Amino acid sequence: MTIAKLGYTLLGLFIVWNWGFLMGATFRKIGARLAGRYGIPFYQPWINFFKNIGVRTTITHGVMYYLGPVFRLTGGIGLFFFMPMVFTGDPNGHWTNFSFEGDLILILYFQLFGMLGMALGAGEGGHPYSAMGIARGLAQHAAVELPLTLAFLSIAIQYDTFSVYKIVEAQQGGFQNWVLFTNPFASAAIILAMLGAMGHSPFNLVKAPNEILIGPATEYEGTYLGFMQSAGSILHVMEAVLFMNLVFGGATSWAELIVKTFLIYFWSVFVGMVFPRFKIEQSITWFFKVPLVLGVLAIIVFSF
Amino acid sequence: MSEKDMNSKVNEMLARSEANVKNSGKKFVRPEDEEREVVAPDGSIIKVNPIYDYFSGARPEEEKPRNGIVEKFLNWARAESIWVLGFGTGCGSIEIPPLVTPRFDMFRFGVQMRPTPRQSNAFIISGYLSVKTLKRVIRTYEQMPSPKYVLALGSCTINGGMYYDSYSTINRLDHYIPVDVYIAGCMPRPEALLAGFAKLKELIKAGKAEKANEYARNFDWYKANQKKIVKDWNMPDYNW
Repeated sequence: MTIAKLGYTLLGLFIVWNWGFLMGATFRKIGARLAGRYGIPFYQPWINFFKNIGVRTTITHGVMYYLGPVFRLTGGIGLFFFMPMVFTGDPNGHWTNFSFEGDLILILYFQLFGMLGMALGAGEGGHPYSAMGIARGLAQHAAVELPLTLAFLSIAIQYDTFSVYKIVEAQQGGFQNWVLFTNPFASAAIILAMLGAMGHSPFNLVKAPNEILIGPATEYEGTYLGFMQSAGSILHVMEAVLFMNLVFGGATSWAELIVKTFLIYFWSVFVGMVFPRFKIEQSITWFFKVPLVLGVLAIIVFSF
Repeated sequence: MSEKDMNSKVNEMLARSEANVKNSGKKFVRPEDEEREVVAPDGSIIKVNPIYDYFSGARPEEEKPRNGIVEKFLNWARAESIWVLGFGTGCGSIEIPPLVTPRFDMFRFGVQMRPTPRQSNAFIISGYLSVKTLKRVIRTYEQMPSPKYVLALGSCTINGGMYYDSYSTINRLDHYIPVDVYIAGCMPRPEALLAGFAKLKELIKAGKAEKANEYARNFDWYKANQKKIVKDWNMPDYNW
């Protein structure tokens, strides 16, 4: 590991952080335009972030309350560190970060890591809405992860590797090589399960505005909230990058990455704009009915 | 029943309830909030005092602004990102929802609603405050992180408005919590509320919206005023 590589990785993290904020603002703007409003300025998330950092008084509910947002941020950054961002043909290239053989499993773990941290932290906050949000979030995440893991395994069997970098490498040379076309069942399972992972309507049960207000974050304020905003923006981009790498052939430049992640994120926002929120039992049933069946099919097809 | 009769009846009732409290020597604490000993699953005895276990009873302190350009930048950020906790105390609460509609759209000014006091920095008291609601308002205000701003909406918050002689409402809001911006009217239209936000932004950017510090400075005066109104005080003096 050279210093230059570390520098590039941190620069990549900075780009992802900013892109997450910009993307979040863009989609809030799209939502506003859909409702006939002008909407927030595109730079609003940065202002919110600095305002939250600048709050003068904070409260505490205990050690885990501190660690919740830290865990969530760690989840986002961990996901980033082990994810190849831009494919340049060089496995040790600048933008492949610290991707290594078998990182697909680690990435699955990091997806859950932040959520578990938040569960512990928000649980200590003691607000009833936090507990409800966490219970819903973990239940739904279990239902999302099952089809997602099956689809990941199917892709791993297909290319005989657990390395995200090698999966991206195998998809180079034209869109006909994308997993989307070579493994349609796994892709369908991922594209549907992704809606749950992104957490937009109809699967926004964790935050559930107008119902349990903002769920786990109810007691968080100031710097904690700033951290959580950052973590949220990084996680959103990284989930999109993960699905881009696995299904849509990765990216060969930052421009391609930005266009593809935008479209992937747009898919979940588009569905969210059209469909109202599910109840938790409807949501879980849906994940078990549709993406799970597709995931099982994907495994069967590539096992024989 | 004439108005005079009704007033005297209410006074009589109040006097009776106060006498009851004095005689029994009991504070207004719910049974589940009383200080008591609890036996833990392992047999050990734990003392609990829910009111003080759940809230910090610490006195608020003045928070000095940061120096120079940093504070200016933060004030700009605070002004451009006003997160509002709407407290629907009176008829004014019907004037707040139009702000999120296409006609008024407060989002373009960086103003948005927030459902929890922990994350809000502006507090809208939307109209008359009944004696009962005042307690909730105080608790909510104290739970908000500093710097925090209060917008008082409508005449009722300035001098009691049309409820000036009511037995169950307070007349002047700024005797109980410090107010940054008054929006006069009965009721002010959403445009007036937007103008109020613009005024608040000016104050914040000029560094003049330091009422949270004023609250800390004159804490005893505010508490005395609050306790004159809230008879069933069953919380710590400062609960955040």
